[in-house]
Amino acid sequence: MMHDRSIAELIAAVRAGETTPAALADHFLARIERLDPQLNALITATPERARAAAAIAPQTGSLAGLPILHKDIFCTKEVKTSCGSRMLDNFVAPYDATVVERLHGAGTVTLGKTNMDEFAMGSSNENSYYGPVKNPWNLDHVPGGSSGGSAAAVAAGLAPAATGTDTGGSIRQPAALCGVTGIKPTYGRVSRYGMIAFASSLDQGGCFARSAEDCAHVLGAMAGFDPRDSTSVERDVPDYVGGLSGDVAGLRIGLPREYFADGLEAESRAAIDAAIAQYEALGATIVWIDMPHTDLAVSTYYVIAPAEASSNLARYDGVRYGHRCDNPQDLDDLYTRSRAEGFGAEVQRRIMVGAYVLSAGYYDAYYVKAQKTRRLIAQDFQSAFESVDLIAAPVTQAPAFKLGEKADDPVSMYLNDVYTLPASLAGVPGMSVPAGFAHGLPVGLQLIAPWFEEARLLNAAHAYQQVTDWHTARPAGFE
Amino acid sequence: MSLTTDDVRKVAHLARLGLDETELDGYARELSSILDVVDHLGQADTADIAPMSHPLDLGARLREDKPDAAIDREAFQRVAPDVAEGVYRVPKVIE
Repeated sequence: MMHDRSIAELIAAVRAGETTPAALADHFLARIERLDPQLNALITATPERARAAAAIAPQTGSLAGLPILHKDIFCTKEVKTSCGSRMLDNFVAPYDATVVERLHGAGTVTLGKTNMDEFAMGSSNENSYYGPVKNPWNLDHVPGGSSGGSAAAVAAGLAPAATGTDTGGSIRQPAALCGVTGIKPTYGRVSRYGMIAFASSLDQGGCFARSAEDCAHVLGAMAGFDPRDSTSVERDVPDYVGGLSGDVAGLRIGLPREYFADGLEAESRAAIDAAIAQYEALGATIVWIDMPHTDLAVSTYYVIAPAEASSNLARYDGVRYGHRCDNPQDLDDLYTRSRAEGFGAEVQRRIMVGAYVLSAGYYDAYYVKAQKTRRLIAQDFQSAFESVDLIAAPVTQAPAFKLGEKADDPVSMYLNDVYTLPASLAGVPGMSVPAGFAHGLPVGLQLIAPWFEEARLLNAAHAYQQVTDWHTARPAGFE
Repeated sequence: MSLTTDDVRKVAHLARLGLDETELDGYARELSSILDVVDHLGQADTADIAPMSHPLDLGARLREDKPDAAIDREAFQRVAPDVAEGVYRVPKVIE
């Protein structure tokens, strides 16, 4: 079936004239129509636009005719861009994000926009104004978040690839929980232009697909310098697909002791251990390392991210776009009611935490302190990469939890991100690679590389996927 | 760190969030539990550590001060809740 074929195979089939962009779009649109009602992975499907685009899509281009889904955080011209929020339920973007523009330029056909935690704040997708996404491996479980719709859609074969964003784990964690491959590149690698801001010093776009090779195809088309994003890095993008030798012999892989401590669930641990043994069998050298500031990541992140969010989300004022309350009495009433009605509870909590830690009298104790501990965490990575080429670790402490299980306790939800936050704070690239199952649910192996070494990351994941088939597993009911 | 309902009222005002009185208790409890986690930072020794505001320690990139392509005013105002004659309308602020 088309949805079981690799991106390279799909593109080759289009180029050879064995299939057409229109036939591909129809195949995946039919799956979305039939299967998404169970998952709620999409906020907006755009079948008519997709068919019109596919009809005129060129059969050349690095991703000619490839159907794709975009996380609803990326602005798409003339298409609703909600960011999972009531605040932007009525927002039709007047321009395309750079990521959307580039992928379109490479020949992709957009099928729709995926569900997400509101403003990317969450680890379960339960914070969406459009309702939670279900995990295709077990519909009673969460898909992870915040890019839960993209991860679930790829896992269920609703699209060969989907974009996502990762601020504290929002690509890696849902990729792990849904059993797909996801990559968060180095901060600055992918343009943030037109990607709705949550925490600007952390937000980074990336993608989900079924394999590292598929991710290499998509990331290659997304990445690169963009003058419209002042934090975009002027640095050439290597040929990620060409770099997939599958050879990891001699690669030094570090296992941080802090990521294997108490709290890591036993069956998940067994899957990670087996994956590491596999790397050893492929000729990699495994060494234990120390990253002593790991335990500061949660507290550091939950100062910095809310602080930046409270500033970024100040723009939603009910004046220029987004939700406006009925009959505002005065300007203050317009602001306060529009914002209280437009934002959900988790977003309001984070805005208030952010406003608090930035307020007079607390700024140094919280915000400046967190910027310092952030450097300590980044230095852990710097020292680690003096002795190892790559870091391997779990993505989460346990497989997908049940819907509603942590919904009433924001703090237990935050602690969920303990293994993904350090790489985000340091800005280094990370991946989640399917590495087996625990209690019938997928487990992800996290691989972390030094700054701008996405090619090394993708090749290491590719090598593992040449000798394992976890990444090809498909949940029952979505074959 | 424990926040009172008064603290929540103050911070909600700073953030221009119009909370109901009935929501203040719940938020006070939740924000306090979040700050309890964050207070863990106090234990870290950060003497001689410079704050890190950007993961790559890069400065802001500047460009030449030349006019760029103008944005499409009409397209951008089409998504506004209330526009008249090319300007955004808000409740009266000056008598």
